[in-house]
Amino acid sequence: MTTQTITRADVCVAAVSDAFKGSGEVLAHAVGIVPAIGVRLAKATHTPELALSDGEAFMMAEAPPLLKTAAAGGTPEAWVPFRSIFDIVASGRRHSMMGASQIDRYGNQNISSIGDWRQPKRQLIGVRGAPGNTVNHRVDYWVAKHSARIFVDRVDVASGVGNDRAVGTAAKYHDLGVIVTNLAVFGYDESGLVKVDSIHPGVTPEELQEATGFPIDAADAPLTREPTAEELEIIVAEDPKGLRFNEVP
Amino acid sequence: MNKTPIDKTLPLTEVAGKLESGMTIGIGGWGSRRKPMALVKEILRSDITDLTVVAFGGPDVGLLARAGKIRKLVYGFVSLDSIPLDPNFTRARERGEIPETSEYDEGMFVAGLRAGANRLSFQPIRAGLGSDVMAMNPDLETVRSPYDDEEYVAVPGLRLDVSLIHLNRADAAGNGQYLGPDPYFDDLFAMAADTTIMSVEQVVSTDDLTAKAPPQSLLVPRIFVNHVVEAPGGAHFTSCDPDYGRDEEFQKAYAAAAKSESDEQWTEFEERYL
Repeated sequence: MTTQTITRADVCVAAVSDAFKGSGEVLAHAVGIVPAIGVRLAKATHTPELALSDGEAFMMAEAPPLLKTAAAGGTPEAWVPFRSIFDIVASGRRHSMMGASQIDRYGNQNISSIGDWRQPKRQLIGVRGAPGNTVNHRVDYWVAKHSARIFVDRVDVASGVGNDRAVGTAAKYHDLGVIVTNLAVFGYDESGLVKVDSIHPGVTPEELQEATGFPIDAADAPLTREPTAEELEIIVAEDPKGLRFNEVP
Repeated sequence: MNKTPIDKTLPLTEVAGKLESGMTIGIGGWGSRRKPMALVKEILRSDITDLTVVAFGGPDVGLLARAGKIRKLVYGFVSLDSIPLDPNFTRARERGEIPETSEYDEGMFVAGLRAGANRLSFQPIRAGLGSDVMAMNPDLETVRSPYDDEEYVAVPGLRLDVSLIHLNRADAAGNGQYLGPDPYFDDLFAMAADTTIMSVEQVVSTDDLTAKAPPQSLLVPRIFVNHVVEAPGGAHFTSCDPDYGRDEEFQKAYAAAAKSESDEQWTEFEERYL
């Protein structure tokens, strides 16, 4: 019997997969390498009805090689150019895991700019689809390099809508799920505040607090589960080149 | 009997003559994909300035921003795709060189284009509620549903003086065809504009359009197109599938020059590029 080494990246992939458990027959939108592998793992195990995208214009019955489009292989099952994506967002049949340059204690997310948006200190990509995603369907976040620069007291631009801002029509379909990082998995408490769901094996509560710009309580947090042998096989098959280690060394 | 065939072909060198300073210009494509770069270059070579630019931004926005030609930018994002940020755009924003910006959620941007194309003053959408898009666009209003208690963002219609788009093929009458996997929003840009200038890889006969591709590839009908410019390689260095992919090496050189601290390196690149 061989002992397999379970890496931090693999723990993160399994946590992403768990985030999509029970999502049903919806379009999985995953930004980042670990999330891209995670949704494939979810589809291959507990949620086979999940619909995967090639990141361009197709839903894929068989996914193309990791980070590649339908042009590189796989089996398209539906044509979903950008114009369809916004209609799918509005229909609610979608579940996103987006990245974040900043996240605050209420789960507001920023990918737009740092500093005063009128003349930002650092211009980023723009709000993209974050405002629409967060008021239409479940949204999770993936943070590959958990730090106090990302987990801040207050975001500079609320691109993705946090729990404190989701009122009225904005609250109707608002559904923040989890935040998976390279250190831990977070959820939200009854008042909408970010709380620790689990801490990754090898991370101490002190380390986690140090890397988070607002108070959290990780003292009694359980350990994030490790992937099973079967899951590890799937992860390696989906990512034979180990691209996930570029994101989580 | 057939009368004189419609011929809307226009030499590339005459494109700038159709544009004026102060115009609102929509630019088709998406990020660094099927951007009408040959048409954008004609603006860069001209004195035209003070533009309101409406785009899912890529290097088109970066180049126009660096050249100081944008008075107002309406966008959902600006990205080079394989390189996440366009250094010319980020630099212009960080230096305050774009006097006015309207940053929208991508879905809101499409809603604005649809309203513009339909000659509606606004289109309601859920996107934007609760986010700082409302703060960044203080003129944005919400609208109460007359049927229930819902409240939506009323995205104002985006009307464009001119749209610039690039497709794979067209006939001389202005029927435009795309052959890649995604039409992006080029048909909407054309419908939202008073004048549309469409560049294509190749002008072919109307018969040829459907000889090798299905009729569904006929994206832009001639009733929305005023000028057809034959510009082979006209989307370079952005992608124009299946005619060519993105020129990644060239894009890297673009980004490196844009990022450089020395203005000389950028000027050198720009001169070579134009």
